[in-house]
Amino acid sequence: MPSFALDGQEIVFKPGQTILEASIAAGHYIPHLCWHPKLSPHGSCKLCTVQVNGRLCSACTFPAADGQEVISASEELRQLRLRLTQMLFVEGNHFCPSCEASGQCELQAMGYYLGMTDGHFPHFFPRREIDASHPEVLLDRDRCIFCELCVRASRAEGKNVFELAGRGIHTRLVVNSPSGRLGDSALQAQDLAARVCPVGAIVLKETAFRVPIGRRRYDHKTIAEVSLEQEAPLVRAHWQEANHE
Amino acid sequence: MSEEVRQAVAEAVGRYGKERSAVLAVLRALQKRFGYLPMHALDEVAKALELPLAQVQGVAEFYSFLAMRPQGQYRVFFSTCIVDEFKGRAALQERLCARLGVPPGQTRADGRVSVNEAACTGLCDQGPSLLVNGWPIARLTPESIDAIACFIDQGVPLEEWPREWFAVQDSFRVRGLQLNAPWRSGAALKRALRHGPEFLLRELEVSGLRGRGGAGFPTAAKWRYCREAQGERCVVCNADEGEPGTFKDRELLKHCADQVFEGMTLAAWATGAQKGFLYLRGEYEFLWPHLEQVLRGRRRRGLLGRNLCGLAGFHFDIAVVVGAGAYICGEESALLNSIEGRRGTPRNRPPYPVTHGLCGQPTVVNNVETFFSAALIALHGGAWFAQAGTAKSRGTRLFSISGDCAWPGIYELPWGISVQEALELCGADDALGVQVGGPSGAFVGPRDFHRRLAFEDLPTGGSFMVFSRQRKLLDIVENFSAFFAHESCGFCTPCRVGTQLQLKLVRKLRRGWGTLGDLQELERLGQVLEASHCGLGHTAAHPVRTTLAAYPEVYQAALREIDFSPGFDLDAELETARQLTGRFADHLAQE
Amino acid sequence: MSKVKIATCSLAGCFGCHMSFMDIDERLLELAEVADFDRSPLSDIRQIGSCDIGLVEGGVCNAENVEVLRAFRRNCRILVAVGACAINGGIPALRNRYDLGDCLEEAFLTGLGVTDPKVPGDPELPLLLDKVHPIHEVVKIDYFIPGCPPSAEAIWTALSALTSGNIPQLSHQRIRYD
Ligand SMILES: Cc1cc2nc3c(=O)[nH]c(=O)nc-3n(C[C@H](O)[C@H](O)[C@H](O)COP(=O)(O)O)c2cc1C
Ligand code: SF4
Ligand code: SF4
Ligand code: FES
Repeated sequence: MPSFALDGQEIVFKPGQTILEASIAAGHYIPHLCWHPKLSPHGSCKLCTVQVNGRLCSACTFPAADGQEVISASEELRQLRLRLTQMLFVEGNHFCPSCEASGQCELQAMGYYLGMTDGHFPHFFPRREIDASHPEVLLDRDRCIFCELCVRASRAEGKNVFELAGRGIHTRLVVNSPSGRLGDSALQAQDLAARVCPVGAIVLKETAFRVPIGRRRYDHKTIAEVSLEQEAPLVRAHWQEANHE
Repeated sequence: MSEEVRQAVAEAVGRYGKERSAVLAVLRALQKRFGYLPMHALDEVAKALELPLAQVQGVAEFYSFLAMRPQGQYRVFFSTCIVDEFKGRAALQERLCARLGVPPGQTRADGRVSVNEAACTGLCDQGPSLLVNGWPIARLTPESIDAIACFIDQGVPLEEWPREWFAVQDSFRVRGLQLNAPWRSGAALKRALRHGPEFLLRELEVSGLRGRGGAGFPTAAKWRYCREAQGERCVVCNADEGEPGTFKDRELLKHCADQVFEGMTLAAWATGAQKGFLYLRGEYEFLWPHLEQVLRGRRRRGLLGRNLCGLAGFHFDIAVVVGAGAYICGEESALLNSIEGRRGTPRNRPPYPVTHGLCGQPTVVNNVETFFSAALIALHGGAWFAQAGTAKSRGTRLFSISGDCAWPGIYELPWGISVQEALELCGADDALGVQVGGPSGAFVGPRDFHRRLAFEDLPTGGSFMVFSRQRKLLDIVENFSAFFAHESCGFCTPCRVGTQLQLKLVRKLRRGWGTLGDLQELERLGQVLEASHCGLGHTAAHPVRTTLAAYPEVYQAALREIDFSPGFDLDAELETARQLTGRFADHLAQE
Repeated sequence: MSKVKIATCSLAGCFGCHMSFMDIDERLLELAEVADFDRSPLSDIRQIGSCDIGLVEGGVCNAENVEVLRAFRRNCRILVAVGACAINGGIPALRNRYDLGDCLEEAFLTGLGVTDPKVPGDPELPLLLDKVHPIHEVVKIDYFIPGCPPSAEAIWTALSALTSGNIPQLSHQRIRYD
């Protein structure tokens, strides 16, 4: 079996796996935000940046290869990931105290994991539109981090409800309906696209603040623990299936 | 209007096809016709091409030249290339806006005109310049601005404007090995066909030709990889020429399009491709008719089309695809996305275009000049080409020289020439520095003028911008930082946010509010940018980094001797409240 | 050993962080052993003097906030941002999505039930800034204690480190943004 070294530990992988998949399947967390075990990898958030034989690469898209030297747990990379997380915070409007996703949000949990205590950079305070037109789903663009998980999920579901439009810092999430409103789109609350948002940008109505503080996903567990508990089995199952095919 | 829109969409789809890849061309046609892209027009396009509306919107909003709000019947774009800036772009634009009574970035109430800014439009050898409805007007003066204002005000159709206004001057200053070599259309191709693909590839190997788009990948190897990959292979010419200060592809397409197309056909022969595309930047739309004419000529002569050169089974043709204002579409994988009718964001690598390119098929992407040189090499031989240049940078190449020099233009010079020699050739003395390779390249100060233009030392896509000692270093850095912030595609976090933060910090320094901490922060931002997804982000910190290395004292002099200063204008933020309360005496110091 | 001097203030905040500070309960006595309060709502001292540690709650929304914050920076060896509002503007910064002019006009000139349309201009009232800013955008900040409010535990952890001359380090459990 081919293998690579992740921070000095041997990770055995299956040909075709990315560094991230192989690592998570082997029980080693690498930070990530725009990656989801059920969706095609994307490579945009850059939280999963690792050094492969000395070069910076995105672990979620970079194929594992025999003999690679991969570094993920260095202080230098923690610092980089911290800055990236802070960039995501300051470019949007993340007022956690008033956010339905607080306590269950991956961006917030990433901040905790990296020891982030402040935004570091000047805040952009962009003005973005909120869309409350859907009976069951709320879209608050203030919190969108452009991970395109909803875009990919909806594409996979054949509905194409979400897309990114604009360019650069003016990138924005748009909805596929003639009015541009979520209420006029094909989105349904049970769709993966309505549930996959890692932050509080797409939230289900009438579910907010139901889970009391202390029992929320990241109240006691780190994002690394949750990822290994919930995502690792999915990755393993996926590759088991792939092998049987 | 909706009936008209429906009809226009039907017409455009009739012309460009129903494939997804037609979307950009259709949107460009509608933009031209209606001055903008209203949502219901996008909806019609979506229906006609059977695409989700949001995807059409995603494409439409990506490009600078496509607008979601009504634009003027005359749409003016001033080139904001630093060279044009130093020649007085701002004053000329203000003058035009004042004459026409329209603020920049807005459309005049009567819908007659809008005046905007664009990234370098590739006319820096004869700037300042503007584009009006896609047509370039170079060598602007206050007088020509007044005349343009008059014509616009009176609504004179563009066809009736004096022809000479739109003249783009020829600018070959020095011709060398390649530009002086004899050329006969089809001769290179026939020579290659006679000797077979392996012979052609070997000639290319002997020539040592490396890509002229910037990265310098060996061309023979690229063609060979593509040849060995399985699938419906494809040849793409990158004529996006977006790097500020570069304009040699413009002249090559004007004067040597035949060689370029022959180079592409040779690539098709070597790789077994049947389809070719030339991706022309939107700013060069004015070259399009000429390119089509050359293509028609080649088809007529049997140099394109089916059973090419009479060789049974060798089918190849070339289509021109026109962009719409996006520097990032010069990055090869973004370019492929753009051709496919997707947003022009770069793809993940691996896989690389040579195995998974256009529509997932093996694709050769080369710069205009690379194809040009390949054609000459096929005709005159690899050894002929390799006689010039250095060990790792063979041959000659075209340098685009602009800025503060006596003779701006295109210089064909062997690789290995020093910065100093190039400066002497173009008539520049006592330069503050030279930007080699555009904003993504390096700023080279006098201490390094002995360095050589070559992959071994100072690699470059050919841009060579000269700055005299009158120029302010931080003006240059701000211009370049603004360029990257504007052109970032927004796909990845470090570049989308980092280029904005970098611009803020550079502006702070330039206003005299910077501190040592800000300088350190800039350096750290540069490290974060290295985690970007593509070359744009990777190089976005080069202007700061290389000017800082050349002139640390300029930065030091700009710093305040305090350890912190706010990055925004505190007192200006009280202005609204002052106005509304009438307390005009209340102020805050910036510190 | 001389006592550590601490000053605290609330800018554009709700005093919630101060309340949470009070929640350190009996440890306040412990703190009193090693520290004295200079300017603070807890001490009623109005003018800040030279201090070791300044704790700032709330963001910067007006000219007075700027002056107070600068006075804190000038006088405090270590300046700490306490709570969400100080760190990212917090709830007051929700107004950043509107133009200040529009807000004032609606509130005082054109809004429902306005009787004497006039934007109050009393010199006692500080002029508002166009936007609410986190305090690190106005002065240099040494440490941050996030939370809305930060838990008493987080405040205590940071403060006991600072009073004993150490760098405050918040564990994963202590860092919270809500
Ligand atoms: C942001 C960015 C912009 C680029 N722009 C251009 C361009 O305008 N023209 C070009 O030929 N190559 C450009 N490139 C390089 C291409 O990605 C690619 O390397 C090149 O077209 C390959 O051709 P060559 O091997 O002939 O140089 C750009 C790269 C990046 C990262
Ligand atoms: S809405 Fe959520 S899932 Fe969709 S792009 Fe934004 S952050 Fe990602
Ligand atoms: S580096 Fe910049 S241009 Fe390249 S993918 Fe990232 S955001 Fe886009
Ligand atoms: S998880 Fe790899 S780039 Fe986002």
